[in-house]
Amino acid sequence: MEFAELIKTPRVDGVVLHRPFLPTVEGTLCLTGHHLILSSRQDNTEELWLLHANIDAIEKRFIGSLGTIIVKCKDLRIIQLDIPGMEECLNIANSIEALSTLDSVSLMYPFFYRPMFEVIEDGWNLFLPEEAFKELESMTDEWRLSEVNKDFSICPSYPALVTVPKDIDDDSLCKAATFRHGGRFPVLSYYHKKNGMVIMRASQPLTGTSGRRCKEDEKLINATLRAGKRGYIIDTRTIAVAQQAKARGGGFEQEANYPQWRRIHKAIERTNILQESLIKIVEACNDHSNSMDRWLSKLEASNWQSQVKEILTTACLAAQCIDREGASVLVHGTEGTDSTLQVTSLAQIILEPACRTVRGFQALVEREWLQAGHPFQQRCAQSAYSNEKLRSEAPVFLLFLDCVWQILRQFPCSFQFNEHFLVMLFEHTYASQFGTFLGTTAAERVKLKLSQKTVSLWSWVNRPQELERFLNPLYEPNSLVIWPSVAPQSLLLWEGVFLRWNRSTKCLDEAYEEMVHIIEYNKELQLKVNSLRRQLAELETEDALPQTP
Amino acid sequence: MEHIITPKVEYVKLLDRYGKESTIGTLYLTATHLIYVEQDNHTRKETWVLHHHISSVEKLSLTVSGCPLLIHCKTFQRLHLLLPRERDTQDVYQSLIRLCQPVSEDELYAFLYNPNQTEAERRDGWDLIDMATDFSRMGLPNEFWDISSINSSYELCSTYPSLLGIPKTATVATVTGSAKFRSRGRLPALSYYHKDTKAAVCRCSQPLSGLSSRCVEDEQMLKCINDANPHCPFIYVVDTRPKLNAMANRAAGKGYENEENYPNIRFHFQGIDNIHVMRSSLQKLLELCALRSPTMSDYLVGLESSGWLRHIKSVMDAGVFLAKAVCDEGASVLVHCSDGWDRTAQVCSLACVLLDPYYRTIKGLMVLIEREWISFGHKFNHRCGHLEGNPKEVSPVFTQFVECVWHLCEQFPCAFQFNESYLLIIHDHVYACQYGNFIGNCQREQQEMRLRERTFSLWPYLLQNQAEFQNPLYKRATHNTVLRPSTLPLHFKFWCGMYNRYDKGMQPRQSVVNTLLALTLRHTQEQKTMTELQRQLAVVDGILPGPIGTVSLPPDQNGCPRTTPTTSFGQSNGDCTSVSTCAGGKEDSGLEMSSQKEAEGSSATEHELQTKTDKPVSMVTQKEKVTESL
Repeated sequence: MEFAELIKTPRVDGVVLHRPFLPTVEGTLCLTGHHLILSSRQDNTEELWLLHANIDAIEKRFIGSLGTIIVKCKDLRIIQLDIPGMEECLNIANSIEALSTLDSVSLMYPFFYRPMFEVIEDGWNLFLPEEAFKELESMTDEWRLSEVNKDFSICPSYPALVTVPKDIDDDSLCKAATFRHGGRFPVLSYYHKKNGMVIMRASQPLTGTSGRRCKEDEKLINATLRAGKRGYIIDTRTIAVAQQAKARGGGFEQEANYPQWRRIHKAIERTNILQESLIKIVEACNDHSNSMDRWLSKLEASNWQSQVKEILTTACLAAQCIDREGASVLVHGTEGTDSTLQVTSLAQIILEPACRTVRGFQALVEREWLQAGHPFQQRCAQSAYSNEKLRSEAPVFLLFLDCVWQILRQFPCSFQFNEHFLVMLFEHTYASQFGTFLGTTAAERVKLKLSQKTVSLWSWVNRPQELERFLNPLYEPNSLVIWPSVAPQSLLLWEGVFLRWNRSTKCLDEAYEEMVHIIEYNKELQLKVNSLRRQLAELETEDALPQTP
Repeated sequence: MEHIITPKVEYVKLLDRYGKESTIGTLYLTATHLIYVEQDNHTRKETWVLHHHISSVEKLSLTVSGCPLLIHCKTFQRLHLLLPRERDTQDVYQSLIRLCQPVSEDELYAFLYNPNQTEAERRDGWDLIDMATDFSRMGLPNEFWDISSINSSYELCSTYPSLLGIPKTATVATVTGSAKFRSRGRLPALSYYHKDTKAAVCRCSQPLSGLSSRCVEDEQMLKCINDANPHCPFIYVVDTRPKLNAMANRAAGKGYENEENYPNIRFHFQGIDNIHVMRSSLQKLLELCALRSPTMSDYLVGLESSGWLRHIKSVMDAGVFLAKAVCDEGASVLVHCSDGWDRTAQVCSLACVLLDPYYRTIKGLMVLIEREWISFGHKFNHRCGHLEGNPKEVSPVFTQFVECVWHLCEQFPCAFQFNESYLLIIHDHVYACQYGNFIGNCQREQQEMRLRERTFSLWPYLLQNQAEFQNPLYKRATHNTVLRPSTLPLHFKFWCGMYNRYDKGMQPRQSVVNTLLALTLRHTQEQKTMTELQRQLAVVDGILPGPIGTVSLPPDQNGCPRTTPTTSFGQSNGDCTSVSTCAGGKEDSGLEMSSQKEAEGSSATEHELQTKTDKPVSMVTQKEKVTESL
């Protein structure tokens, strides 16, 4: 298919762009296969480059022959384009609609994007499971890297290499896989160096109504326990939801069959409910006619903050089991690709200082989300404005980022990256020039040949000139476990995402710059003082020399 | 001391907010403080609570582990104590009930407190803030405005200051006539003069207009205010009350200005609720804050139904209205509510903060509070409940003003010279009665009590310690104009640092402000070191004559390590409750990560601040000592 077929009017002059808190821009609107571009063709004015993939919904209005298109983006921004000429406006609107809803992955921009920079460090090779395993091996010999899933046949949503207990052979893994939803048998998620406890993750066991059991599954997870130790199974669903799952062949671990494990149910919502939550909170944030009461009531009704609290609480619980109780943990929900990953990845942020560095966080996203089979492409196909029927869209990863932001806000000096870094990741999961978040599983990414055909987000982010924007000037490595407060008073609305386009950032940017300035100045002074001290010391020794006989 | 029956109780438990046992210690009652000392082998932690800070004491029903006593403070601290014996509990309860509600002014702490100052220092302290200076800073007197001493003996209006800013054209007859037509004689007088636009913010109480009364002098007075602003043909008259309340007052012979009788006024209602609504709103908010483990829904529903943020927004909206009128339209504004000492004080002072960068400085905020609140007769005695009295007179009017300023600090992080702790310490002292500033209901009462001779002023103490109140991000140069805050509901948030201030676990575990503050303090040191090093280099080079003998070493060679480690951020890492409580299959058993007691080695910076120099206020707040066991 040629994009040109979808573009009847590639160019319109005299288009006026309105954005909140920014001056209007008049210029020429151009449509390309992947971008909507507005250029004033004057020096000093920035151009608008908008990926079609970033467009969530559009609305058109006409007053006489002046058409207006309201463009609602997946990053939650809303802009308005005034386009002279009804026909032009209609053509543009139709093209945008068609181009922003292309279904085929291979037509996505990352396959066409050519980087304007030299890729020095290829992000595709940065976080290989083999490397991570080497690190694990240096700490313990209780685990092995299994190739049982190398052709993705045992578990289609798992990567080719998974870390499992050393004593469990591949045959047992195959059998355990048949007992777990989607074949997601328990694998290692995190090893806590301090006490050797682990977080494992899986999907729900397929016990069904008949209470099926699987010896290999039991043996597999028991193999992770030290002699005489008990472990915790954290089921991210309520007991009621877990019970209902039995009717559909799913279920949960019966105490009788897993006597060494204690099960705790939490209440993280399913994906469709999370998406509703997102739609409601964005609606509330964009409606400026609300009274205080109505705003608070809408905020409450959106349930977004409740989701944040529940997810964080569950993650804290997992971390507590590991660090305080000295017990290993198995986490699962239904499929093991959503709430499970929120919990395991956040627990690592709490427990493991390395995850709070830029590289460590990238590795975490790569390991616990991309390779672990979070279906980014499905979850992020639509955002809060889309009128299309929902399929399996859900802000699972955005909620994870929100929780990270909450911890970052409570421990502002313990993270190497800043809020911009998290917002940037949010943007790129919904629309990007990079291939990192394309596809739904590791298997699909291999099939799409993403590493050959597209550029990795990390290749770009890790360039020093880009990275600078994302570094937290207050960062001071903190080797401790950090326990966030999950009291409602301590959890704020993430303004950086939800109010981002509804406020002027001038004052906040100014404060940020001032903060950077203070810290930079401090370093500078420090250097100067040290160099003066050296000079003085040198001079003194010189002076002293002639006097020595 | 005669009210203290049992001065010391041992083996008292201090429970955390979840009612779980946390520490064992000794409880002391002194003439001024309740002190709880927690001591084990390694640490000694003292919690000092001023009796004046206690708003209520509750005796809860007996439990197996002891007799509980719940103490609520005006600073929003809550102490949940468990005493071993019923008898002691009753004694302590009775003493506290009596001590927290002094009957006469002489019992107030300020009359006992002596910060070791000479008489001259005391006098200088009281002279630090001076209204005449503030008038002249605003540009008064000038061709339109005079400083009048017509109220010097408080005869015209007993609750007004002795010096008043009055339009030059207003005759004595006009002024006195107008005063007679205003509730409690609180006539229109200048609050703030905006030099750039020549517009003025004036304040008064409601007119005694009833259903049809009018007063020529009062009408003349408003005309004089209008004439004093040559650029604008009208003035705004802002009644900060809801219209319904104002109308109800008409039946009682009070009310609001009839636009037909006053030429050239534009009349506006602002809809701020009265002190009773505010008091019960705060009560609801505090109940919410005290909930043990609310869900997010409980919290948000509670926040909404408390109405607190709605009230804060209404005050802010009114302040913004004033600032816009003055700055954008160049129009003068006359503000009143009923008596003109609560809502009027809030709104006028907030408008000043918005309009004039001076009031966003440490000194400027003092001046503002001194003028709009203390001298214009905000009834601190009644509103704060300093003395035993009518509980219906108590209301968090000043607290709301402080919160509005905090919201502005949040929206404009570089526009204020002070930080959050400055607002909190002022708030503490308003209730503490340790200094004389906030005692009495008006200037006349203050003079009658001879506060200037018998007590000390808070302001010099705050100025001496201003280093810790500095906002390291302050950039006056870029914020020398009017502030235009957003008053959309979504830009208001719950002030955890005030209402849950003593629940340390709920606060961010690392403070950006304190970190930056430590850095800026070090800048000064480093600069000194640098100058000294440069001087020594010059000596070694022979450019400067050196002292006889050896060159002295850099002053801090052993004091300050060469590879200076960056500041300690007080890397406390929070804490968590034992998982076992919720692992027993109970799904939602209150797992709260926030129940932390202070983690080991908590915030070094805080500790440093508290141990440095003599600091009388440490008597007021909680102080914490970590002493090494020998």
